[in-house]
Amino acid sequence: MQLSPDEQVFWQYGFIKLNATIVYTWGLMLVMALGSRFITRQLSTEHTRSRWQNLLEIIVTGIVKQMKEVGLSEPQRYLGFLGTLFLFIAVASLFTIFPGYQPPTGSLSTTAALALCVLVAVPLFGIQEQGVAGYLGSYIKPTILMLPFNLMSEVSRTLALAIRLFGNMMSGAMIVGILLAITPFVFPVVMTLLGLLTGMVQAYIFSILAAVYIAAATQGHQANPDLATNAPKAHSQTNGISHG
Amino acid sequence: MLIDWFTVVAQAINFLILVWLLKRFLYQPILDAIDAREQRIAQTLAEADAKKAAARLERDEFERKNRELDEQRQSMVSRMQDEVSGLRQKLLDDAQSAAERLQTKWHVNLQRQQQRLGEGISRRVQDEVFSITRKTILDLADDDLEASIINVFIGRLRQLDGEALANFVQALTAAEAAVRIRSAFELTDEQQTAIRQVLREIFPADAAVRFDCEPELIAGIELTAGGRRVAWSIEDYLKTLKDSLGDLVREQDSSQGTPTAESESLA
Repeated sequence: MQLSPDEQVFWQYGFIKLNATIVYTWGLMLVMALGSRFITRQLSTEHTRSRWQNLLEIIVTGIVKQMKEVGLSEPQRYLGFLGTLFLFIAVASLFTIFPGYQPPTGSLSTTAALALCVLVAVPLFGIQEQGVAGYLGSYIKPTILMLPFNLMSEVSRTLALAIRLFGNMMSGAMIVGILLAITPFVFPVVMTLLGLLTGMVQAYIFSILAAVYIAAATQGHQANPDLATNAPKAHSQTNGISHG
Repeated sequence: MLIDWFTVVAQAINFLILVWLLKRFLYQPILDAIDAREQRIAQTLAEADAKKAAARLERDEFERKNRELDEQRQSMVSRMQDEVSGLRQKLLDDAQSAAERLQTKWHVNLQRQQQRLGEGISRRVQDEVFSITRKTILDLADDDLEASIINVFIGRLRQLDGEALANFVQALTAAEAAVRIRSAFELTDEQQTAIRQVLREIFPADAAVRFDCEPELIAGIELTAGGRRVAWSIEDYLKTLKDSLGDLVREQDSSQGTPTAESESLA
């Protein structure tokens, strides 16, 4: 039994290798990009529009609305990053309904990559919004004594992001795989449905946490104390869900 | 080892490429389409608002004109009513005055006809009375009657008292005219002598006397001198009778005229 799709290698040349994670990711990228291109090729600006356009509009406006609720004042600036996080994880989970498919998010490499992207993107957005001094200054607030704790918080939350997503997706795939071996009928379907739900929740949690981190970084700890208190709360809630 | 660092890097790059792809093909077109639609809806709403405002303006204008028309119609109707009532009153007044004029004219004509009839009757009566009386007296006239007339006349001359007599004398001397005696019948010489004698007695001055015969006097005799007159004839009595008959007719006319005037005022 494979614990991660990384282990399924199709082609290798030195340290360069083409494993199932990368291949499925390319497949997802192809489907998402072509699907988007196909649907948005003929967008209607009239009062009537196609159901696919409606679906995409609902998804995009829903993401924007969620980001606004988190506290991002200009959500469209972060839509590309946060929206893609959500859509990638969600579509990766959704495709588990196809037999033989292994979600790339079930690989710790993928989740680590995504968490690292968040780790890099948060300071970038923060510096872009507040300047270098303003952003770095937020690490020594309220006192310089908090600097190590803030740094630890950055690292630990990144780690938590990666591990949480990996654990959930991997366990879902693992359970389905084990059940297929034990009871090949009915139960795997139920567990797949449960895995779909878990995947959607994880996509939501991952992107919302990233949004909260970005909101906290762009608006500063002092400027918006609500966010400083909201972030840990959201964090603890999502932890509860993921572990539950 | 669960983490393959090449895969991590590759997945990070893949993720960044996916971000670019989705920005290019999903978010931007969808947001643009939403913006375009919102703009179009806003434009449509603005146009609708503008049309609504224009419609409200037109409605206000229409209502104002309607109100003005109503007021104009009301004023025209009231003016027409005034004019019609004025015209009606004028026509009624004209008709009434015309009726009154006709009534008055009719009354005048009636009165004139009545008067003319009354005059005709009285004249006829007078004429008849005159002719009967004249015929009677002429039938009865004889020498004795003429003698009696002369006697009465002489008596009347003698009865002239002081003042009348003085006036006669004064008139005679002032005019130096002749005394004229007119009679209905031819006076005999004796009768003329008797009269001259009486005149000589009365008037101290000797005046010339002229005798004329005029049958119109109807059994009468008359003395005129210098505008003064002494006479006796049946014509005097007849004239008195005629006058009294005329008075009677006039009294009757005036008594008939009074109720007519009252009836006019009532009408």
